[in-house]
Amino acid sequence: MRDNFLEIKGLSCGYPGGFSLKSLNLTLPRGAFAGIIGRNGSGKSTLFKSITGDIRLTGGSVVLDSAALTGLTLKEKARRIATVTQFVETGPVTVREYVLMGRIPWLDSFSYSYSAADTEIAEKYMALTGLTELSESLVTGISGGELQLTAIASALTQGPSLLLLDEPTAHLDIHYQAMIMDMLYRLNREEGLTVLMIIHDLNLAGGYCDHLIMMNNGEISVEGTPDEVLTPENIRSAFGADVLIISHPITGKPVIISNLPGVSGKQATNDSKPDAE
Amino acid sequence: MSSKGRGLKYGLMLLSSVFLLLLSFLCSLAIGEVPFRLVDVPSILSDTASMEYGILTHIRIPRTVLALAIGGSLSLCGVILQGIYRNPLVEPYTLGISGGAAVGVTLAIVTGLAIKGIPLSIFGFAGALVTVFIVYALSIRNNRMSTGKMVLIGVMISFISSSVVMLLMSMTNAEQLHGIIYWTMGSLNETDNAVVLTLLGVSLLMLASTLLFIVPLNAMRLGESKARHLGINTNTIIRILFVITSLMTGSCIAVAGIIGFVGLIIPHISRMLTGTDYRVLLPAAFLNGAIFLIWCDILARIVISPNELPIGVITGIFGGIAFIFILSSRRLKSRLL
Repeated sequence: MRDNFLEIKGLSCGYPGGFSLKSLNLTLPRGAFAGIIGRNGSGKSTLFKSITGDIRLTGGSVVLDSAALTGLTLKEKARRIATVTQFVETGPVTVREYVLMGRIPWLDSFSYSYSAADTEIAEKYMALTGLTELSESLVTGISGGELQLTAIASALTQGPSLLLLDEPTAHLDIHYQAMIMDMLYRLNREEGLTVLMIIHDLNLAGGYCDHLIMMNNGEISVEGTPDEVLTPENIRSAFGADVLIISHPITGKPVIISNLPGVSGKQATNDSKPDAE
Repeated sequence: MSSKGRGLKYGLMLLSSVFLLLLSFLCSLAIGEVPFRLVDVPSILSDTASMEYGILTHIRIPRTVLALAIGGSLSLCGVILQGIYRNPLVEPYTLGISGGAAVGVTLAIVTGLAIKGIPLSIFGFAGALVTVFIVYALSIRNNRMSTGKMVLIGVMISFISSSVVMLLMSMTNAEQLHGIIYWTMGSLNETDNAVVLTLLGVSLLMLASTLLFIVPLNAMRLGESKARHLGINTNTIIRILFVITSLMTGSCIAVAGIIGFVGLIIPHISRMLTGTDYRVLLPAAFLNGAIFLIWCDILARIVISPNELPIGVITGIFGGIAFIFILSSRRLKSRLL
């Protein structure tokens, strides 16, 4: 059932004298697990920033759960949308403090301390992400994967209805990739959390997401199920790369294999590399 | 450690700082060219005709109160500015405020306006306000404040102001030159009790008002972007805090001249002692700044007694050495920012 939980209509935004998105439309149902794919510079992050309000819209609207986002205060917005940015900034705080900060949008004005309920929620998500042991470590002293998990735990503690993740698995080893994707998938299925992520790994995108949005030059070129979107033709036009697509032997989901030189008669033209992240 | 245990630890820490501040205050009353015993202080205060009474009420109490207010304020301003700019080298004077004040005072002395009964502090304050306005206006772009740009503009304004001061100094006579240099070195000699009490009141008011910004400051430890995603209007918060700290710094400079390093080094030491949670850090920075400046003032009085050293010299030498020490100690450095 599509109840248009997130509805983006005619969205335009951009940087002065630079890159811009023009009249972009996108709708997502409640409980979607959607991925945005596309080359670097295709507008994925700009689209994210327009949803979070980090850049101003020059036209169109973003409606979440029948509330226009431009009409909400930052605090009201933070209660609905949690964002995990591509590069998680660190600071002189412990993992526990970082995760607890997710409750800030729910604090009363000029209230200084978290309630027992706030702490309980934070502890729940620290346990879920396996961070309980690390809770007193400084975030400046943990690994990249642990930092990513901390940022995700904090975002979940925020209790959002929409979770935005900008490349949650980039730069992480396969252990953390699987762990993070499995956890998000479970939360999506069990708690109905709507997830929208920018994801560079097409195999992870095809394996986990139920809806894929392919962006090219600031526009959505194709969207649909992984099977519909991840075709050799679409990938060639969006990424400029020739790939083979086979079915996963167990799940039947699309698996993308880069055409290495010599693998097929058709040599990759390679003005751009197949995505390597 | 449980959060309750930590709360208790920080509570005790703040309490001991308050105790230390009281002790420093009393020591400052007792130490000087004419030393008193601490136990005699109450009896001196009851004998209004004695010379000791005069020394206490006209010299030592005002300057100790002034040291408390200025030390506390500069340190508090430093901790807030380092927090919003996420830059460990920022201090109240980095943003060009002291430079502006110095230009104001120098202009007043050189043009002779200063002898017409208007106190120098008015010119210092005016100079500071003008700079604050310039830095503020230049750093706003697309209705947003660019913190990186602001620090750069502040540093440039400082350079420009010091050149302007030197230009003015090169065109003036020896007597005025002495006045300018003396002001630049900073002094806590302020005999007007009304000024002292006003500054104390303003500094306590500022401490109270900044406590309203604890949650935003805490969130901004993870960067402006994260704080905004947590629902904090960083743009407005940074503007308000910038204005509050500028006015406070301007007032301190206007009364006592340039007292460097308090606002740079005490925030770092406070962070090492209490951690970076602003619930503890803000009051701790104020208390520690007050204690530090009171002891610097005591030193300034006794090192070459009966003459006294300019307090800016003491804070500069001590602050600078302490800062280099911290930077070269890897263990301490890892706990900063």
